[in-house]
Amino acid sequence: MLGLNKHDAMLFVIVLILTLLAPFLLNPFPQGSSLAQFNAGYPDLMQRFVIYGIFAIGFNILFGLTGYLSFGHAAFLGMGSYAAVWIFKLLTYNVVPAILLSVIVAGLFALVIGYISLRRSGIYFSILTLAFAQMSFALAYSVLSNPKFNLTNGETGLQVYSNDPQWLHRASLPDMPHLFGLSVRSTYTLRMNGWTFDFNSGYYICAAIMILMFYLSIRIFRSPFGMMLRAIKSNQQRLNYTGLNSRPYTLAAFVISGMYAGLAGGLLAAMDPLAGAERMQWTASGEVVLMTILGGAGTLIGPVLGAGFIKYFENIFSKINDNVLHQWFAFLPDGMEDLMVTIVHPFIGKGWNLTLGLLFMIVVIFLPGGLVEGGQRVGRVFRRRDRKASGAEAEAARQRRTPAE
Amino acid sequence: MGILEVKGVNKRFGGLKALSDVNLSVRENTVHAIIGPNGAGKSTLLNCLVGKLIPDTGSVMFDGQSVLGRKPHEINQMGISRVFQTPEIFGDLTVMENILIPCFARRDGAFRLHAFENFAHEKDLVEKAEAILVDVNMIDKRNMHSASMSRGDKRRLEMAMCLVQEPKLLLLDEPTAGMARADTNNTIDLLRDIKSKRDITMCIIEHDMHVVFSLADRITVLAQGTPLVEDEPENIKGNPKVQEAYLGEAAH
Repeated sequence: MLGLNKHDAMLFVIVLILTLLAPFLLNPFPQGSSLAQFNAGYPDLMQRFVIYGIFAIGFNILFGLTGYLSFGHAAFLGMGSYAAVWIFKLLTYNVVPAILLSVIVAGLFALVIGYISLRRSGIYFSILTLAFAQMSFALAYSVLSNPKFNLTNGETGLQVYSNDPQWLHRASLPDMPHLFGLSVRSTYTLRMNGWTFDFNSGYYICAAIMILMFYLSIRIFRSPFGMMLRAIKSNQQRLNYTGLNSRPYTLAAFVISGMYAGLAGGLLAAMDPLAGAERMQWTASGEVVLMTILGGAGTLIGPVLGAGFIKYFENIFSKINDNVLHQWFAFLPDGMEDLMVTIVHPFIGKGWNLTLGLLFMIVVIFLPGGLVEGGQRVGRVFRRRDRKASGAEAEAARQRRTPAE
Repeated sequence: MGILEVKGVNKRFGGLKALSDVNLSVRENTVHAIIGPNGAGKSTLLNCLVGKLIPDTGSVMFDGQSVLGRKPHEINQMGISRVFQTPEIFGDLTVMENILIPCFARRDGAFRLHAFENFAHEKDLVEKAEAILVDVNMIDKRNMHSASMSRGDKRRLEMAMCLVQEPKLLLLDEPTAGMARADTNNTIDLLRDIKSKRDITMCIIEHDMHVVFSLADRITVLAQGTPLVEDEPENIKGNPKVQEAYLGEAAH
């Protein structure tokens, strides 16, 4: 199907279905119930799931296939956002030109940064990309924001003001990002006794793009080009002595993943027309590394899982506060209750990063292949238990017979 | 006029003269061995041929073109394939993929962005790769993870990766170094088999005399960075200069 083998096609269909049904799947608990805080089916969060999914899928094309660990991919995310907001300011609120420009801008910058950084490999490459990203951050945060030339609007962040030209804007169109008139904030809410499900057009725009990007990434993974990238990770010396120039291959992978990041940045701006420099900071670059490794670097589905996992728990853990904890531990005696709340307190709310750090350590140490490997191991244990169970029964039956004989 | 012509090559590492005035001519469709005791400059010479080192003076011409200053992938595209001392293969890839990569390199050149193409449309290359796997007796291992194979199989695979490119010159850097006798003999058989099946020019750098005398049509003896003699195997055996170079080494 679509040039995919059976296994990949199945994976693609599963991702397609899960993405389309996400508003249902992520809201399993009825409104107002005590578990409703674990719901994730509201537009803003669902949009972030798929947008960061795109970011991580692209990052995985570089890191997962070639093994080149870029620590500066958030720079492309930020550039994409700035490019999109400029389109909103100057031309139109339509997201199509905005997204196109963010991909192009990120691609061009990736070409320059990649060309220089890829002269080195290993840790030196990582440091070079980090340096570029921090320079971009500094440029966006202060240098390119002065009264004479204000490209990024510094600390405040770039946003659309009512006196911006918007040459192609017409009064009939919504006054916020839209897709040919369909506002990204228009949401249809379905209520079914107690449950509410939000179908947001912005989410579905992002979801459609993510599905397309996921499909492209499968094609790249399974193409001869993808094989060359894996060969670079495996043995670059052999590749060079086999008559292949590894430099353009890594550069192509770098630019493709930079364009994915730019696309994600453009979509972030399209969902909320604002671009700030903090989007380019090194913590943001680190986050996509965490997503990819947590989910499973080099696997097709891993980065999407990792992005969803981190964004979901970030949201849930940050929302939990001491009041919620007191409710949870209410069944304990008073002293114990306070003690438990004190112990758990540092890991919730603003301390979510502490939990993320611990989770990351656990995954890297016990599941180097990430969540995907975890899933595979669970699958294997179940299969083995089935086999063992039948084997054990036969053994037991034989033993039951032996004493009688 | 040989396919590979090395003229007046000198290479210095600081105070050490690794190669001094090396002349070498490898004729087409012959197996040419370069032998010599440890430190004779064999590996330095090889590295000058594949673009890893650039000689201080002298010229290296392959098929009428200079290889000096060219990158390894460019030299390979000129028609020189190389087998390493320890087999260099793509360990994370399957045997079939290991063979397909040189096939793509030969057909598409040093770079091509075939990011959305499908292997299903590459029947010609797949057939070519299968043929070479049959040739080296590895077709049953085609879907195996190549890192998990024995060393002998890795050597065989690396050889197949070079052969599938139909190189004008195959360079072998001590192909039996560190091998047990049985493995050495297997490698000799493999190389003989390769030679009997096709027209191929090979240049072998080797320490092991047994291997050299089993395979070579012509031998150059290198000692202290300079060629002592170049002759046919029968004449090399009895040559007093050669005996001195090797015995001299054995004596201290």
